[in-house]
Amino acid sequence: MQWEIVIGLEVHAQLSTNSKIFSGASTAFGAEPNTQADAVSLALPGVLPVLNKGAVERAIKFGLATGAHIAPRSVFARKNYFYPDLPKGYQISQMDLPVVGQGQLTIQVPAQGKQPAYEKVVRLTRAHLEEDAGKSLHEDFHGMSGIDLNRAGTPLLEIVSEPDMRSAAEAVAYAKALHTLVQWIGICDGNMQEGSFRCDANVSVHKPGTPFGTRREIKNLNSFRFLEQAINYEVQHQIATLEDGGSIQQATVLFDPDTGETRVMRTKEDAHDYRYFPDPDLLPLEISEEWKQQVAATLPELPHTKQARYQEQGLSAYDASVLTSSRAMADFFEAALAEAPGQTKMCANWIIGEVSAQLNRDNLDIAQCPITASQLGGILKRIADGTVSNSGAKEVFRIMWAEGGDADAIIEAKGLKQVSDSGAIEKIVDEIIAANTDKVAEYRSGKDKLFGFFVGLAMKASKGQANPAQLNEVLKKKLAG
Amino acid sequence: MHSTIMSLNQTDVEKVARLARLAMTDTEIQTAQNQLNGIFGLIADMQAVNTDGVEPMSHSQDLAQRLREDKVTESNQREAFQAIAPQVEAGLYLVPKVIE
Repeated sequence: MQWEIVIGLEVHAQLSTNSKIFSGASTAFGAEPNTQADAVSLALPGVLPVLNKGAVERAIKFGLATGAHIAPRSVFARKNYFYPDLPKGYQISQMDLPVVGQGQLTIQVPAQGKQPAYEKVVRLTRAHLEEDAGKSLHEDFHGMSGIDLNRAGTPLLEIVSEPDMRSAAEAVAYAKALHTLVQWIGICDGNMQEGSFRCDANVSVHKPGTPFGTRREIKNLNSFRFLEQAINYEVQHQIATLEDGGSIQQATVLFDPDTGETRVMRTKEDAHDYRYFPDPDLLPLEISEEWKQQVAATLPELPHTKQARYQEQGLSAYDASVLTSSRAMADFFEAALAEAPGQTKMCANWIIGEVSAQLNRDNLDIAQCPITASQLGGILKRIADGTVSNSGAKEVFRIMWAEGGDADAIIEAKGLKQVSDSGAIEKIVDEIIAANTDKVAEYRSGKDKLFGFFVGLAMKASKGQANPAQLNEVLKKKLAG
Repeated sequence: MHSTIMSLNQTDVEKVARLARLAMTDTEIQTAQNQLNGIFGLIADMQAVNTDGVEPMSHSQDLAQRLREDKVTESNQREAFQAIAPQVEAGLYLVPKVIE
């Protein structure tokens, strides 16, 4: 019997507030060490935490976007451990009563080999608010460690999934969907290099129909590629161990990108004993129905809702998921489509094809696209009304990308208007037939493949400007004799 | 009621001391064990009260947390804070090397 892989993810999303979760110190990235470490971040005696409304608002947004229960009353707890980058000796987190309860996220798992793409719903266990710790630098400080507490107190939302993923591909699809969502609703900048979005993966294997196997937790994966590599390595390691008659010990492991392997950081025996208890410095957090509704009114249309709407308009699930891979992408698509109403499929093809390819070549993001959505819409409108052919439109696009300008002006200036004048097309076709009597005879005796040869000649004679559909029709009629 | 009172043995106390990073002699552990176990008697008295239908509170005051607006109000006071630190370098606090 095959092994079944079971994966659950814990994601730490750094919330995009200006100030820290319990104090008015700045959260800006990249400041000089300890210049943003105020008295609260340093845990100086006598300081008290005061909760940031902006952090709570972001947690509410997340809960609303995942259809989750938002706790009318939630509680902050102390998670106790000693480490120099945590000067209080405890992290303020949430334990028994988290701000966001059970929710769900729909993910698109891309096609792999023979397996087609599919959609899956991943259940979310909870999401809770907590503060980040500082940073320890273990470089050479005369055998000592350097501590930077700028990051201490930065608000985090820890998002915990159920063990619903069954492959590394599903785990990556989930992490990507979550990454898109937190940026989409504007609660996290999603910058993985700067640590704004970090994943821990709980991985186990078992035979279907038997209880889940013992899990090992891979800590601190800060790229989708590492997430995939680490899970695949971990799964192979666990299966090999079990098939050799060994057993899996519960442990926390780290992934080493250089070797592509995971190694044990600590086992269950020396697991932390955090001794959680409610923080007496903080009263319960209350969220009223009214506040929830105010926040709900600020939520944009969500990626999954957009995907469904795009599919109703005739796009494939794949196209719909590419066009909703970021809010900037979806906004671009919708603005371009507004210029050429009804041309949904053509608009999708252009953005996923020409525009994306050119962005890739220039190493740009859709938000940095040199062509605006309305400029692109201008091209689409002229394809739709027959003014330019597809190849003519590509030329317009190329010029627009390099030099700017609007579609109509480029078509006019470069003489790219497609010839739809039936008299002109017939004249071209007549000339070709007269000049190629031998080929015409071959065609008429059954060599159908020659049709393309005539199309080529005619296009060339029209300098690529003949309306292709019209040209085909005229050619077919005249060649038939 | 007293038969159900919890108690800590010496190993429990040693573990709690280790978690709190307290170095304790055997005599101190014995004293702490007696004192801690004395508290369980107090807890047992409270456990005896019927609290059916009473929602547990997480704080002694029945109030909700007040929130602050998301504004930066603190300026850089690194120099003042680091003036009392035992050792600093390049803006960092230096501590004995800890690698987990």
